[in-house]
Amino acid sequence: MPKDSGIGASSKRREDVRFLTGAGNYTDDINVHGQAYVHFLRSDIAHGRIKSIDTSAAEGMPGVVKVFTGKDFEGVGGMPCGWEVTDKHGAPMQEPPHPILAQGKVRHVGDPIAAVVADSLEQARDAAEVIDLDIEELPAVMNMKAAAQDGSTLVHDDLKNNICYDWQLGETDDAKVDEVFANAAHVTTLDLVNNRLVANPMEPRVAVGEYKRGTDEYTLFTTSQNPHVIRLLMCAFVLGLPEHKVCVVAPDVGGGFGTKIFHYAEEAFCTFAAKACNRPVKWTSSRSEAFMSDAHGRDHVSKIELALDADNNFIGLRTNTYANLGAYLSTFSSSVPTWLHGTLMAGNYKTPVIQVNVKAMFTNTVPVDAYRGAGRPEATYQLERVVDKAARELGVDPIALRRQNFVTQFPYDTPVALTYDTGDYNGTMDKLEAAADLAGFAARRAQSEANGKLRGLGVNCYIEACGIAPSNIVGMLGARAGLYDAATVRVNATGSISVMVGAHSHGQGHETAFPQVVADMIGIDESMVEIVHGDTSKIPFGMGTYGSRSLAVCGSAMVKATEKVIEKAKRIAAHLLEASEADIELKDGQFSVAGTDKSVAWGDVTLTAYVPHNYPLEVEPGLEETAFYDPANFTFPAGAYACEVEVDPETGQVTIEAFTAADDFGNIVNPMIVDGQVHGGIGQGIGQALLENCAYDENGQLLSASFMDYAMPRADDVPFYGVDHSSQTPCTHNPLGVKGCGEAGAIGSPPAVVNAVLDALNSGGKAVDHIDMPVSPSRVWAAMNS
Amino acid sequence: MYNFEFEKPSTIADAVSALGGEDAQALGGGQTLIPTLKQRLAAPSTLVSLGGIPDMQGVCIEDDGSVAIGGATTHATVASEAASNYPALAALAGQIGDPAVRNRGTIGGSLANNDPAACYPAGALASGATIITNTRQIAADDFFEGMFTTALDEGEIITSVNFPVPQAASYQKFLQPASRFALVGVYLARFADGVRVAVTGASEDGVFRWSEAEEALNKEFRQDALTGLNINPANMIGDLHGSKEYRAHLVSVMTKRAIEACM
Ligand SMILES: Cc1cc2nc3c(=O)[nH]c(=O)nc-3n(C[C@H](O)[C@H](O)[C@H](O)COP(=O)(O)OP(=O)(O)OC[C@H]3O[C@@H](n4cnc5c(N)ncnc54)[C@H](O)[C@@H]3O)c2cc1C
Repeated sequence: MPKDSGIGASSKRREDVRFLTGAGNYTDDINVHGQAYVHFLRSDIAHGRIKSIDTSAAEGMPGVVKVFTGKDFEGVGGMPCGWEVTDKHGAPMQEPPHPILAQGKVRHVGDPIAAVVADSLEQARDAAEVIDLDIEELPAVMNMKAAAQDGSTLVHDDLKNNICYDWQLGETDDAKVDEVFANAAHVTTLDLVNNRLVANPMEPRVAVGEYKRGTDEYTLFTTSQNPHVIRLLMCAFVLGLPEHKVCVVAPDVGGGFGTKIFHYAEEAFCTFAAKACNRPVKWTSSRSEAFMSDAHGRDHVSKIELALDADNNFIGLRTNTYANLGAYLSTFSSSVPTWLHGTLMAGNYKTPVIQVNVKAMFTNTVPVDAYRGAGRPEATYQLERVVDKAARELGVDPIALRRQNFVTQFPYDTPVALTYDTGDYNGTMDKLEAAADLAGFAARRAQSEANGKLRGLGVNCYIEACGIAPSNIVGMLGARAGLYDAATVRVNATGSISVMVGAHSHGQGHETAFPQVVADMIGIDESMVEIVHGDTSKIPFGMGTYGSRSLAVCGSAMVKATEKVIEKAKRIAAHLLEASEADIELKDGQFSVAGTDKSVAWGDVTLTAYVPHNYPLEVEPGLEETAFYDPANFTFPAGAYACEVEVDPETGQVTIEAFTAADDFGNIVNPMIVDGQVHGGIGQGIGQALLENCAYDENGQLLSASFMDYAMPRADDVPFYGVDHSSQTPCTHNPLGVKGCGEAGAIGSPPAVVNAVLDALNSGGKAVDHIDMPVSPSRVWAAMNS
Repeated sequence: MYNFEFEKPSTIADAVSALGGEDAQALGGGQTLIPTLKQRLAAPSTLVSLGGIPDMQGVCIEDDGSVAIGGATTHATVASEAASNYPALAALAGQIGDPAVRNRGTIGGSLANNDPAACYPAGALASGATIITNTRQIAADDFFEGMFTTALDEGEIITSVNFPVPQAASYQKFLQPASRFALVGVYLARFADGVRVAVTGASEDGVFRWSEAEEALNKEFRQDALTGLNINPANMIGDLHGSKEYRAHLVSVMTKRAIEACM
C-alpha cells in the first residue's frame, strides 16, 4: 500500500502551486527602490590584448551613473577557485587570476570588459556602445591537444603553458599498466568526445546588489544554489567584506543544474557597485549573455582502453583525457575532471588495475564547470561505451559481459580511491530486464524493420558518488570548502515547525520532501512543517545544493536536529506526565507513558516549552535545535538503463522509442519526486546524446550562441519513461539510508542512447564503431555512408 | 532595442505613406524583426504595423479556385482557413515554429524576409503563386532573389498572395534540430500542366526550383523518377547542423517522400 503521508508518500509538490500560478518570487521579481541597471560590455573576440579603453564619452551619456573597467577592481581580489588539484608530480595546479572585469587581456567571447551603470538598461546599453576599445586581436587557443604543445599561444601569459594540471589517479606505475595490456587476450580502444553543453536553466542569472550606508550592510539577491558559499567566497576572497555585514539571498530559483553553484563576477560586481554608486544595482542576464557567460559543462576529449582476459574478465582500464576548463578557473571547475570523474572510472565493475590521466586545459572559451552529473557522466560515458564496443568486438551479449564483471561484494574498495558501501548491481539489472521487457525486443525490432526503420537496444550501467561529501576527505583531495550541511528545527509554540536548511531548492521539491521526514518522525501532519532556505540571514551556514546531496547530507542534519527536538520534548512531556523520561514514547504526535493510557499531545508540549509555567527547572525553555552533519562517506546510487531507438536509414534521424531506468537510490522519501528527478535527468541526457552541442569555430566565435542553433530537448524529443526504483540497498552511513537521485538520469542516459543507435546501425548491416554526441541525423547519415 | 515611433494604420494607403518616412519599416508579426531590434541589429525610425489593416487579413477563395491570402494573415489562420481548399499549404503553415510564432508571424513577413530556411518561399515558388504588392503583381519565379533578398522595393508591401491550387501537393520538411526551421524542405505541386518542385533550407542562394526533378516527373510521375538524379552539393549550405552533402542527399529523400505523398 503506498503511504499517503510521511516518508514514502508521493505527496504533491506544494511549491508547484506558486510556480505554476505565477506567484513565485524569482530574483528578477525583486526590485529595490532607486535601483540602477548595469550592462556589461563583453568581448566579441576570443583573445586579445587590451590597449586602451576610453569611457569618457560613455560617462557623459544620458542617465549614466558610473562606468567601470578592470582598473576599478585592481584593489580587490579576483574570482576564486574552490578546489586545488595537485598534479601527478606533486605540484599545485596553475591558477591564473580571474578579474571581475578584464585586465590586460580578453580571453573569451563574452569576457566582460566594462560595465555601465545607468538609470535604465537601455541607457546603459546606449552608453556601452560609445565606449572606445582598442584591442589587439591574438590567435585563439581552441584545440586542446594543440594547446598542450610547447610553443602554443598562451591564454595566460604568466603561466608556463596552457595546462592547468596533468593529473593521474589509480595505478601510478606505467609499466605495470603496460604489462596488463600486453598480456590481455583482447583490448578494446575508443576515442571519444564528451560534447560541451550549455545548461540553459529556464531562468537566466540575475543579481541585485544593495548597500545601506546607515548600517554599512550589503544585501545580494542572486540566482544561486548555495547562498552561504557565495557569501563566503565574495567576502573572503573577492571584495574583502565582513561576512556579518553581508546577506546573500537566493529566493525562488528557476533551475540551476550546476551552473548556479558558482560565484560569478556579476554577483561581486553588483555588490561592489551598489556601494560605489550608492544605489542598488541590478543585472539580468539576457539569454544571449547566458550562452557566453554561464559556466558550460563537459567538453572532454578522451581515449579509453579496456583490457580483457581470455574469459572476458576486465583486467585493466586506462584513460587519457583532455578536459577543457575554458579561459579561467570557475569555482569548482578543477574538481570536475579529477575527483568527480577519475574516481568513477571503476564503474560497477571489479577491474583490478585502472589508470586515469587527465590534462586540464586553458582555452579561449567560456569557463567550464559542473553541470548535472559533473564528471560522473563523462566517466560513465567512456566506460559504458567501451564495454559496449568490447561486447560487439567479442561477439558476446553486452548485458552478460557486464554482469560477469560486476562488483558483488560490499564494501568494495575501488582502485580509484572510493569505497562503495552497498549495492546490488545484478538485482538492479534484473529489475531493468523485466521493466524494459527486454525479452520482447526482438519482436519490436521486427515490427520496426517492417516499417523500414532500424531498431536498436542500448543498455548500460552507472554508478555515481553523491551526497558530496565528507569534509575531511574532500579537504585532503584539495577542496577549499567543507562539505557538511546544517539544519535548524524551530518548533513554534503551537506545534508548527520551521526548518531552516542549508540546502537550496531550485526545482528539486525540498519544500515538500523535507517536511515529509520531520512530520513522519513526530507523527504530525506534513502541512505543519515548512522549510526556510536561501537566505543567509535566516538559515544556518550550510553548503547548498549540488551533487545530489540535499537529502543525504542536509536531510541528515535535519534528522539529527529533529531527534534533538524530540529528545527535549520528551523531557518536557515526562515532566507533564509525571513519568520517567525513559518511559516516554512518541507516536502519531502523542507522548505517552509506556504501558499506561496517560498521554499528552505534541501541541501541549510545544506550548509548554514556550509558556513554561509547569516546567522542569533543569530544562531550558523553548524548542529549537540545530545540527551540523558531515557524512562518513559518499553515497553510491547505481542503476541500469535501457534505451530503444529507431533510426531512419534514409535520413539518419534517431527517435527514442522507449527508455527505462532501474535505479537503486536506497530508501525513498517521495517516489513521485524521485520519478520527476529521473525524468528530468534523462531528458538532459537525451539532450546531450542527440541534440545539444555547444560549438566554437577556430577563431573562438560561439557558433551555437542562441536557441536557433543550440538544440534543447523538447517534449516530443523524449518518450514516456519507465522508471523503477524498487531495487533498494539503503545507504549504510546516513540516518535515512538515502543516496540521492538528482543526477542519475543525466549520468546514466547518454551511453544508453548512443549504444542503442550503434546497435541499430550494426544490426542493420552498417559496421559503425562510434559516433560522437550529439548523434544528430547528419552525423548518423555520415557514419552510415562512410 | 533603440527607440522608435510606432504607427498602426488601418488602410494600405496610410501604411504606404507612413512607410515613405525616412528609415520607416513595416512590422508584420514581428517574429523576425523584433528579435533583430532587441539585439540592436536594426534601428528603424518608425515601425508601421500592418496588423490593423482589414484588407490584408484572411484567406479567401477566388472565382478561379485559387486561394488568396492577405499579406498580414498569420500562419495559424492559414493553417485553419486554407485547410479545406489547399491542404498542403495549410499543413506547411501549421508546421511553422510553435503556437506563439504561428499566431503572430505572417505570410507577408515570411515572404518579404525570405530566410533561406523558411517554409513559405518553397510553398509560394512551387505553387507558382503571385505576390501582390501595393504597386504590382510579382510572379513567385521572379520574386526570390537569393538569401534574404527579394524583388520588393523600399517601402513596398505585400498586400496579398494568390496561390493557384494544384491537383496534389505536399510539403516535406526535415527539421533543423535547434530552430526547427527547415534543414531541408521540399514543396512539390502537381498541376494539370506540370510539376513544380521547390527546395528551401538547402541552398546558399535561398529557395530554388529543382528543374531536373520537375522534368523527370513531367515525363512520368512515379516514385523512382528521381533515380540517377542528384543535387550538386557545391552550392548547398554546410553548417553545424548538416554538411553540404547531407543537405544534397536530403533534397532527394524529401522529394521522394513528397512524390509518394502525391501519388
Ligand atoms: C521560434 C521561431 C521559429 C520559427 N520557425 C519557422 C519555421 O519553421 N518556418 C518558417 O518559415 N519560419 C519560421 N519562423 C519565422 C516566422 O515564420 C516569422 O513569422 C517570419 O519569418 C516573419 O514574419 P513576421 O510576420 O513575423 O514578420 P516581421 O518579423 O514583422 O518582419 C520580417 C520582415 O518582413 C518585413 N515585412 C513584414 N510584413 C511585410 C509585408 N506584408 N510586406 C513587406 N514586408 C513585410 C519587415 O519589415 C521585416 O523586414 C520562426 C520564427 C521563430 C521566432
